[in-house]
Amino acid sequence: MSALGKVVRAGVGRRRVQTVVMVLTTMTAVTASIMAGGLVVASRAPFDHAFAEQHGAHLTGRFDGTKATGAQIAATAHTAGVTAAAGPFAVVSASPRFASDGMVMEGLPPLTIAGRAAGGGPVDAVTLDQGHWVTGPGQIVLTKAEDGPVMGRVGGTVSFPGLPGKPSLTIVGLARSVSRTADAWVAPAEIPALTGPRATPSYEMLYRFAHAGTGAELSRDRDALAAAVPRGALTGTASYLATKHTADQETATFVPFIVAFGVLGLVMSVLIIGIVVSGAVSAGTRRIGVLKSLGLTPGQVGRAYVGQALIPATVGTASGVVVGNLASVPLLAQASDAYGAASLTVAWWLDLAVPAGVLALVVASALAPALRAARLRTVEALAIGRTPRVGRGRLAARLASRLPLSRALTLGLAGPFARPARSATIWAAVAFGAIGVTFAFGLGSSLSAIQNGLNRDAPGEVAVDTFAPPSGPPPGGGPSHRPAPADAAAVGRAIAAQSGTAGYFGTGHQRATFTGVPGAVDVTTYRGDSSWGALQMVSGHWLDGPRQLVVGRRFLEAAGKHVGDTVTLEGDGRSVQMRIVGEALTVDGSGMRVAADTAAFTALGADTRPDTYQVHLAHGTDRAAYLRDLNTALRPVGVTAVGQSSQVSGTVIAMDTMIAMLTVMLVAVAGLGVLNTVVLDTRERVHDLGVMKALGMAPRQTVAMVVTSVAGIGAVAGVVGVPLGIALHDYVIPAMGTAAGTHIPPSDLHVYHPLPVLLLALSGLAIAVAGALLPATWSARTSTASSLRTE
Amino acid sequence: MSSSTPIIDIREVRKTYDDGPAALDGLSLTVRAGEALAVLGPSGSGKSTLLNLIAGLDRPTGGSVTVDGVRVDQLGETGSARFRRERIGMVFQFFNLLDDLTVTDNVLLPSQLVGAGRAQARARAAELLDLLGIARHARAYPGRLSGGERQRVAVARALMNRPALLLADEPTGALDTASGAEVRELLTELNDDGQTILLVTHDLALAEACASRTIELVDGHIVRDVGGGGTAARPGRGHGGHADGTAGGSAAVAR
Ligand SMILES: Nc1ncnc2c1ncn2[C@@H]1O[C@H](COP(=O)(O)OP(=O)(O)OP(=O)(O)O)[C@@H](O)[C@H]1O
Ligand SMILES: [Mg+2]
Repeated sequence: MSALGKVVRAGVGRRRVQTVVMVLTTMTAVTASIMAGGLVVASRAPFDHAFAEQHGAHLTGRFDGTKATGAQIAATAHTAGVTAAAGPFAVVSASPRFASDGMVMEGLPPLTIAGRAAGGGPVDAVTLDQGHWVTGPGQIVLTKAEDGPVMGRVGGTVSFPGLPGKPSLTIVGLARSVSRTADAWVAPAEIPALTGPRATPSYEMLYRFAHAGTGAELSRDRDALAAAVPRGALTGTASYLATKHTADQETATFVPFIVAFGVLGLVMSVLIIGIVVSGAVSAGTRRIGVLKSLGLTPGQVGRAYVGQALIPATVGTASGVVVGNLASVPLLAQASDAYGAASLTVAWWLDLAVPAGVLALVVASALAPALRAARLRTVEALAIGRTPRVGRGRLAARLASRLPLSRALTLGLAGPFARPARSATIWAAVAFGAIGVTFAFGLGSSLSAIQNGLNRDAPGEVAVDTFAPPSGPPPGGGPSHRPAPADAAAVGRAIAAQSGTAGYFGTGHQRATFTGVPGAVDVTTYRGDSSWGALQMVSGHWLDGPRQLVVGRRFLEAAGKHVGDTVTLEGDGRSVQMRIVGEALTVDGSGMRVAADTAAFTALGADTRPDTYQVHLAHGTDRAAYLRDLNTALRPVGVTAVGQSSQVSGTVIAMDTMIAMLTVMLVAVAGLGVLNTVVLDTRERVHDLGVMKALGMAPRQTVAMVVTSVAGIGAVAGVVGVPLGIALHDYVIPAMGTAAGTHIPPSDLHVYHPLPVLLLALSGLAIAVAGALLPATWSARTSTASSLRTE
Repeated sequence: MSSSTPIIDIREVRKTYDDGPAALDGLSLTVRAGEALAVLGPSGSGKSTLLNLIAGLDRPTGGSVTVDGVRVDQLGETGSARFRRERIGMVFQFFNLLDDLTVTDNVLLPSQLVGAGRAQARARAAELLDLLGIARHARAYPGRLSGGERQRVAVARALMNRPALLLADEPTGALDTASGAEVRELLTELNDDGQTILLVTHDLALAEACASRTIELVDGHIVRDVGGGGTAARPGRGHGGHADGTAGGSAAVAR
C-alpha cells in the first residue's frame, strides 16, 4: 500500500467514532434528502406521475352497443393518433345499496360498472389498494374514493335492489383508477345480470394518444374516433384533463407545506455534512502538520483527507439511498392518499442526484479545510492545539466564571466562545432543528384546528334527518330519488321537548342564484339559534338576524364583494337583498358554499323546511340514553336521530404522518450535528479534560461541563428558531389555504400559545443536550491516565 | 500527625496493560507522612504507572493501594475524583495548565471543584501565588510564562486544597537548569514544612536535594530502597527545621 493509502486508512480506522458519525451523518442526510426530495418531486405532479404509471386513459369513449358492433368498437384502437387502447368493456349503470355492520346505505347515485377481466393492461392499469381483482361471478371491485367515506369494505356486499332479481355481489377489492374510467368493476360475464330490462347495451374503450396535451388536441382525437364508428355510436367521451384539473388543485394544497419541509431538510443536510466533514478535517490540522513535516505536499494532504472523508461518506451515502427509499414507501403512500393519486415512488433520478450531490459536498467540505491546513506553514499547523489561541473567548470565560454557578458549568458556558466558527455552525444546525419542530407543531395544530373548523358543518352531537327512509325500492331502478319528507316541525318539537337538549337548529339546502355571481350556488339555510354551531369565522360575525349571509373566500372573490356588502338573491322573478355579515372557513362546493338565514328564502317562497336538525346536548348528558329516548319520541314521525362524531379526514392523518416523519428526520440530523461537534471538541480537549479529572473533576461534573458547552448554544438557537418556525408556519398555512380556496380563520392560525412556545423554545436546548449527552459520557469515562498521555 | 503513620501503603500491586508485560509486578511500598520519596528508574520501568495508581487515575490489575486511609483501588470514578481533589496534589512534567484560564483561575480550579467559599479560595490562591513568587503573573495566561514560572503555578494549583500528598511526575523534566533548580528548592522547602511528597524523576540532583528516601524501579520491581529507615535520612535536613533559612518564605505554604 502506498504511503498515502496508509495515511488514509489509518485516518479512517483510528478515529472510529468520527468515522461512525460521518457514516451516520451522510446516511441521515441522504435519507432526509431522498425523503424530502421524493415528496417535493411527487408533489409537483402527482396526478401526472400516477397517470403515467397507470398508463392512464387520455380519453374514455362510451359507445352505443346498438349502433356499433363490438368489432367496430374494437377497431377504433387502430384510429390514427391512438398509441394504445383497451376494451371494449361492457358498461352498465346501477344504483347500489351497501350493507355492512348492520348499517345500510342507499339512495346513492348510480355506479358506473365496467366488465373487465383484468385490472392491468396497456391503458388504465388500475392499482389495487386492497383485496384482489374479480376472479369470477358474484364479485365486484370498487374504486377507492379519495376523500369521502368508504362505501364498502373488502368482504362486504353491495346489492342492486332496482334490478330484476336484486343481484348482490361480494366486494373483493378496492382499487384506484387515476383516469377514473369506472366506479366499479365486475367480471364481463356479470354484466348481463346487472343490466336493467330497458337499458341499451353500452361499451367503453380506453385510449392513449400521441398528442393529448391540450383540450384542442383531445377534441381532434375525439373527432377521429367518432369518424371511425357509425354515426352516433360514440355517445360520449371523458377527458383526463378535467380529472387532472381537480387532482392538481388538491395537490396544490399540499405543496407549500411539502416544499417548506423539503427545503428545511435539504438545507439541514448540506449544513450537517459541511459541519461534520470540515470539522473532522480541521480537527486533524495538527496531524496534517506532522504529515507535512514528513514531506507530504499540500496536494497529497488534500487527497489524503478527501479520501479519508469519502470512505465513510460513501458507505453512509449508499446506506442512505437504501434507507431513504425504504422510508419513502410509507411516506409516499401517505402522500398518495392525500393526493388521491395512485402509489408514488421516489423518482429514479433522485437516487442518482442526491448521492452525487452529497459526495460532491463531502469532497468540497473536506478539500477546503485540508488545503487551508496544508498551506499553513508546517510550524503553525504543528502548533495548533498546543499553543493557546490567544484572546479568543477569554472575556466570555472571565464573565462566565463570575456567574454564581458551579465551576464545571461556567467552564462549559465559556466553551463555545473559544471556537466561534464551530459554535456558529452547530448553532445553525440546532436552530434549523428548532425551526422544524416549531413549524411541525404549528402545522399539526393548525391542521387539526382547520379540520375541526371544517367539521362545523355538522356541529351537533346528535343529528336528525327529517327524511324518512324510502319505503320500498325506487320504481324502475332509476337514479336516486328524494325520500319522503317527514313533518319537520314535529321533529323540531320532539327535540325541543327532550330533556338534555341544550340547543338545536335546523339546516336546509338550497341552490340559489345571486346577482353578479356566475352559476348556481349551494346554500345551507339555518333556522333557529345556530350560534353554538357557527362555522369558524375568518372575519365578521356569524348569522344572528334575518337576511344575513356568511360566505367563503371564493364567493367574495367571485362576487367582488366584501364583508358588510349586500348581494341580491334572485328567484322566480323576485329578489331579496342579503347582507354578507361574515367570511367563514369553507372548502365545500369549491369554497363557494354559503350559509344563510332562512328568512330570505322564505321571502322568495322557497320550501325552507329543515333537512336536518343539529342538536347540542347539555353538559353531562348520556348520549346513548338521549338517543334512545329521542328515538322513542320520534317514532311516530318516522325519522331517526343518530349520534354524530367529528371525523378526522384521511388527508389530515396523512399530513400528520408526514409531519411526524419529517420532524423526526430534522431533529435526528440536528442531534447528529451536535453529537459530532461534541465528539470533535472533547477529542481536541481530551488533554485539558484529563487535567481537570486529575485535579478531581468527577464524571458527573465532566458530563455537566461538556453538556453545558453546547447547552447554551442550543438554548439560544431554540430561542431564535422558534420565531422563525412561527414565521414559516404563518406563511405556509395561509398559502395552503389559498391553494384550497379559503382564508384561514385567525383562531386556526394562532396556535402558538405561551406554554407551547416556551416548550418549543426549549427544543433547541433539548436537541443540544440529547446530542451532547453521549459524547459527554464517553469523555467522562475516558481514562484520565491515557488522556494525560496524549499530546 | 505521627510521622510513623503510613500515608501510602501499597501491597503486591500488579499492573498490566492489555496483555502486555507487567508494568508493575507485585510491588509493595510504604510511605510515611512527612517523607519525600523520589522514584528513580529507566524509561518504561513503571514510574508513571505507580503514580497513576496512587492518584486513583488508574486501577491496579491486582493488589491493594491505600492512601491516607483510603482504599484507592476500590474507588469508583466519582469516588476517586473526590479523593484526588481532597487529598492529592499533582504536578506534571509538562505543567498541564489550562491555557485558556488565567494563572489565578488555574490555581482556583481545585477549590472550585470542591465548592469552597469564593472569598476564602481567592485569599488562599493569592497567598500561594505570593509565596511562590508569581503573584505579579496572577492575571496572565500560562502561555506567557517561562517554564519555571509555569511549574510554580502548577505547584500552587496542586497545593490549593492542602493535599495530604503531593505527587510530582518529572517536575523538572521540561525545565532548563536554572528553572529546574527553582523548582527543586521549592519542593525541598515544602517537604521541610511537612508536606509529604512522592516525586518521579530522572533528575538525580533533584532526588538528592529533595528526597528523604529514594527507590529505584526496574521492570516494575523495586530494585533499591535507600534512606527509608530514619526520619531524617537526608543529611543536614530535619523535619520542621529551617537550618539554612531558605525555606522561611514558604513556612505557611503547605499547612
Ligand atoms: N496506557 C497505557 N497503555 C499501554 N501500555 C502502557 C500504558 N501506560 C504505560 N504503558 C506501558 O507500561 C510500561 C511502564 O510505563 P510508564 O509510563 O509507567 O513508564 P515510566 O517509568 O513512567 O517511563 P518514562 O520514564 O519514560 O516516563 C511501559 O512499558 C509502557 O509502554
Ligand atoms: Mg513516566
